[in-house]
Amino acid sequence: MTIKSLTNAFDKKSSLLHVKNCSCPICQTEKQSINLSPSQRQAQIETQAAQFKVEHTTKTQPQFNDSEAMLDRAIENAVVRSVFNHNELSRRSFLGLVGATTAAAALSSFFPLNEAKAAIKEAMGPLEKTRLNIGFVPITCATPIIMAEPMGFYAKYGLRVNLEKTAGWAVARDKSLSREYDASHMLTPMPLAMTMGAGSTSRHFIMPAVENVNGQAIVLHNDHKDKRDPKQWKGFRFGVPFEYSMHNFLLRYYVAEHGLDPDQDIQIRVVPPPEMVANLRAGNLDGYLSPDPFNQRAVWENVGFIHMLTKDIWDKHPCCAFACSKEFAEQNPNTYGALLRAIIDATQYSSIQENRREISAAIAPRNYLNQPVPVIEQVLTGRFADGLGNIQNVPDRIDFDPFPWHSMGVWIMTQMKRWGYISGDVNYNMIAEQVYLATETADIMRQLGYTPPTETYKTHTIMGKVFDPAQPEAYINSFAIGRKS
Amino acid sequence: MIKSVNLKATLVSLAILIVFLGSWELATYTPPVSLDRELTEYELLMGAGTANAAVPPPSAIISLGFQELSNPFYDAGPNDKGIGIQLAHSVYRVLVGFALAALIAIPLGFVIGMSPMMYKALNPYIQVLRPISPLAWMPLALFIIQDSSLSAIFVIFICSVWPMLLNTAFGVASVRKDWINVAKTHQLSPIQTAYQVVLPASAPTIFTGMRISIGIAWLVIVAAEMLVGGTGIGYYVWNEWNNLDLARVIFSILMIGVIGMILDMILAAGARFVAYQE
Repeated sequence: MTIKSLTNAFDKKSSLLHVKNCSCPICQTEKQSINLSPSQRQAQIETQAAQFKVEHTTKTQPQFNDSEAMLDRAIENAVVRSVFNHNELSRRSFLGLVGATTAAAALSSFFPLNEAKAAIKEAMGPLEKTRLNIGFVPITCATPIIMAEPMGFYAKYGLRVNLEKTAGWAVARDKSLSREYDASHMLTPMPLAMTMGAGSTSRHFIMPAVENVNGQAIVLHNDHKDKRDPKQWKGFRFGVPFEYSMHNFLLRYYVAEHGLDPDQDIQIRVVPPPEMVANLRAGNLDGYLSPDPFNQRAVWENVGFIHMLTKDIWDKHPCCAFACSKEFAEQNPNTYGALLRAIIDATQYSSIQENRREISAAIAPRNYLNQPVPVIEQVLTGRFADGLGNIQNVPDRIDFDPFPWHSMGVWIMTQMKRWGYISGDVNYNMIAEQVYLATETADIMRQLGYTPPTETYKTHTIMGKVFDPAQPEAYINSFAIGRKS
Repeated sequence: MIKSVNLKATLVSLAILIVFLGSWELATYTPPVSLDRELTEYELLMGAGTANAAVPPPSAIISLGFQELSNPFYDAGPNDKGIGIQLAHSVYRVLVGFALAALIAIPLGFVIGMSPMMYKALNPYIQVLRPISPLAWMPLALFIIQDSSLSAIFVIFICSVWPMLLNTAFGVASVRKDWINVAKTHQLSPIQTAYQVVLPASAPTIFTGMRISIGIAWLVIVAAEMLVGGTGIGYYVWNEWNNLDLARVIFSILMIGVIGMILDMILAAGARFVAYQE
């Protein structure tokens, strides 16, 4: 089995993160492809995609006989990485200086590497289930969940994952409730809503990882290029992908801050993401707040323009989630642990800018997003045409950060209450802490050599207004527009 | 002058096809853009030089069709399978749902047709349940059955049941009284009467019901699979719609038509087999 993300930590030539100056053969070929024309690059990507499929062919990639060997390598990688403070340069210059064998010996003299390997493997234990069904909706928010398959992150932890493309959020919810999916890509408000029984039967779902932060945009039809002020949007019809979504809450928040009542002055419709562009073209929608690639796709198809990125409403807002039922996690603790490690690892890998082109190529084929590569690339790299004649450069247009802040969960519930999706007394902290498993995520992030935040609550600033998670009710009451109950 | 009506009809059909495809090809013709300058980065990011989603000319669809049909059973992962595999999934669901419906609807239709009392008793339920769109059952089915593939089969079952039930009942009820009386004079038991007289006499009507059912079932499976995703020709359409790839959407529409026609032809052949002359 070949895993690109797992190169030898003691090799000075290759970069653990496959960043810019990595000289491993795969990165070298990729580097050459940057100057190619789109069609040549497409050809190159296709050959690469074929290589991903045909395992055992490339001798240059590390080979693993079983998940145990892979795990050893993963632990070595994490330890070496944290010893050098995640600084690739100093790791490589050190290795260049003393050589791989000396480095390994030196490391084991002060860090019990073998004991660590044994301890982590023991903590993980045998996997109860190695074949998993994971659902995803084909949007770029699902990037870590998707790319973990072609780029080998699931396999690294001994999992065989069947990634199933899902037609929409309601189906993802129903298939999760019916146990057809072991885990699924969801929207961050969904596990909260499902646990509270809002819009579905109540079942305890947990969300151990956020998939992406930022990554949405408000798109308007090309006819509205002169209506950039939301006050001119009275009577507009907007699409959002699901009721219990950040898209719905951010759009409502945004127009309400501009004095429009989202229930009276504009119409908000639930439209599945793939139908957004066609509805916009047909004039059935005036705009939408939707996940990418459909914002960029509207620009690519010459139908609409990007009015604003949601990043500018709330920088680092959570968007999509990785969730499963509490029951699944309790019945399969080791599988759940391995899955979570794979997801957190993949999310961190996705957060590195240098990897984004390679990821775009890996997730674009028909099996996954089924979209043109240049569209995905514009979304992930943040260098994009906005449809108004400008090229914008926003590297964190979409970003990936798995940490599920409890305060984010509380914010989502304040908006659910503000707009009447839930009512009565809400125990914000209790629900947020039961559903968003921040402490668990932090543990695993630490084990994998990353640095998680030390708190789980913090204040967030949304359109200049500060949200204090300790005062949720006061926050709801501070808005002029809302459904007061 | 051409005498044979068949030949004339074929020629007219061909002429219509040529005119239709020709005007479609012309209407969607876009001259190749030749730029003697380098594209700016903005133009590249806007997809200049590559085709935006538009209605493709028939030539593009035909060449795509050849490409797809030359390798219809490829399997490149759970979400990328050949058109043959997708069609097979859909046909399988339709046939299972349809067979289940036949197993229940035909015997029940017999009972209703033979007994006016049962007909009157069950009629209100049939009349209320029959007009419900099969897809309206989908959320309920997903919730209760908790399996998306079985739910799709259930939806096929529920939409196939009514035409078969009503046609069977009608066919059985309208068997000529003389024939039943003749059976009586020969002292045939009720079961024998049903098998030897009523069934052959009502078979053509039953087959008409089955033909209507399979037509509806094939219509419904596409919509059901678009809703649920996963596999099947409905999923294929949805997946290509997701990418605004109209050539593949049109190609799959044609395939849906062809398979629907084949299913109908099979039942029509069955109907001819049981037809009789009075």
